[in-house]
Amino acid sequence: MVELIFYGIVLGSIISLGAIGLSLVYGILRFANFAHGDLMSVGAYTALFLVTGFLAWIGVSDATFGPLSFGWRMLIAFPVSMLAVAGVAILLDRVLYRKLRAKKSGPVIFAMSSLGAAFILRMIILIFWGADSLFYRPGMLRPAYELPLGVKIRPDQVFIIILVCVLMTTLHLFLQKTKMGKAMRATSDNIELARVSGIDTERIIIWTWGIGGALAAAGGILYGVDVQLHPYMGWNFLIPLFAATILGSIGNIYGAMVGGFIIGVAQQVSTAFLMPTYKPAVAFTIMIVILLIRPKGIFGGSER
Amino acid sequence: MELGGIFAYLVSLAIMAGIYAVFCLGLNIQWGYTGLFNIGIAGFFCIGAYASAMITTPKPTGIYAHYVQQIFGLNLPFIFGLCGAALICGIIALLIGIPTLRLGEDYLAIATLGIAETFRLIFNNEHWLANGPRGLMGLPQPFQGLVDPRHYNYIYLVIILMVMLLIYLLIERVIRSPWGRVLRAIREDEVSAAMSGKNIFYFKMQSLVFGAMVMGVGGALYAHYTKAISPDVFTPLYGTFIIWVMLMAGGSGNNKGAILGAYMIWGIWIGTKFITDLLPYTLKARAPYIRFLLIGILLEIILIYRPQGILGEEKKVSKMID
Repeated sequence: MVELIFYGIVLGSIISLGAIGLSLVYGILRFANFAHGDLMSVGAYTALFLVTGFLAWIGVSDATFGPLSFGWRMLIAFPVSMLAVAGVAILLDRVLYRKLRAKKSGPVIFAMSSLGAAFILRMIILIFWGADSLFYRPGMLRPAYELPLGVKIRPDQVFIIILVCVLMTTLHLFLQKTKMGKAMRATSDNIELARVSGIDTERIIIWTWGIGGALAAAGGILYGVDVQLHPYMGWNFLIPLFAATILGSIGNIYGAMVGGFIIGVAQQVSTAFLMPTYKPAVAFTIMIVILLIRPKGIFGGSER
Repeated sequence: MELGGIFAYLVSLAIMAGIYAVFCLGLNIQWGYTGLFNIGIAGFFCIGAYASAMITTPKPTGIYAHYVQQIFGLNLPFIFGLCGAALICGIIALLIGIPTLRLGEDYLAIATLGIAETFRLIFNNEHWLANGPRGLMGLPQPFQGLVDPRHYNYIYLVIILMVMLLIYLLIERVIRSPWGRVLRAIREDEVSAAMSGKNIFYFKMQSLVFGAMVMGVGGALYAHYTKAISPDVFTPLYGTFIIWVMLMAGGSGNNKGAILGAYMIWGIWIGTKFITDLLPYTLKARAPYIRFLLIGILLEIILIYRPQGILGEEKKVSKMID
């Protein structure tokens, strides 16, 4: 059980990264972005292209770091992929959502457009990489440390948790200390008020997509490191992401972090009783229960 | 291919598009007239198909029971399958509506998406329910013995077109009634509809359930056309996404548009298959993805440049006013 809770925290940290972006976009642009899971996949596959393709081609060493399953290639690919997916998210906004904003389309049209974008992104992955599961380092043995109580922990998982903590702290400092972060929070609270206060909301929107996309990419890559890559990985994350977002109150970034961890732990612990394939259904059930008893989520503000 | 072969191919194309037209009509009630954002059509598709399959087949006995497990089998005629599928889908829509319809429109979308994925997981994993991933086979077809099996599709096409017409007329009738006007009032402005003393929640619920029942019929029609169903058929791609593109292309809020969209998009879908068949062998395996990519881009173009679709909504006012 302790082991499942630990695995749950690992999964939860990945869900949190996605849920933060989803919640940010929801808070500022006011629509459910159904393409967010697939942004995670795009991040994972961009890193795959860099690790096994480009970086191998330019001759970056394939050696791994001590007990970890990756080395310099991944360390370079990670931030580059985050930037790339931030770019993809901003590009989608320029090509699709900005046009819809200009036409003053309803939130459902935005959501539908994002659903279309999700399919487009996934089809591009399928065209290039096919439908099989892939690994960053196929055939790599992944040794685990044995801790007391029979808990097995892989070094990669410890790395994932530390990295997610670093990313979250960075985001926290960005939102609290920088001018852009404060402007983002203001826009999330009330976009009209932010606009009359002289905040350039179009710039805020670009930053929102950039941060959301980068964090989604990080989540996707870390899932690829921990488990495997699959074209449908992002789509399968969508229900847990929404569950975490709703649980932590839509638009509340800290809520999304906590929600992600709760959903992750609940999904892993459920495998003690249920088939592991039911993990998305567990997240879904939690979400329905939350909607029934507390639709505003556990950190629900009173204003929305 | 000789002429008869081409004709038979067109018939099978028309059947499949007709089944999709039924889904589009169901979605049109929910989205076109009421503004409900259901992206779990695949869930109702799945439940409708399985419900009808289990109502119309006998429960396996003897040696077959080792190979095919299903929770019940009633061995009733086709028409009971259709009605049962509609009924069960209606009940499920009711259960989804209770937690979500009082909340914002996105919640219904997320919940329907979740329910569709959950049903697929359940049918895949629970072997006792409906034979797990292998699914159910040998479903009966109405008027099966009347003609040579090779020509059976003509009969089924007639059945599909009749059901489609019936549903079309029914929706046209109710949508012009005061009930239909309330739905459109809710779609346009929920607050002012509520101010006029309409119970938004109940009307939305009725629309959701009505649409889901039509989708259940669509699922049943599909099951008896292919005669074999398994959980992997009901994917978000074939079960939900393509139906949305059909309705948006044809014109949401217009039943003729819903049918037109279904035939048009299915025609494009099948037509592009002939083009990708010309690709070299190595690329052919990934051709469906290229085709879906194009369908996705088509949806985005429609949403940006022509959100009302080809036909757009007909103006419907009382016959008392010219």
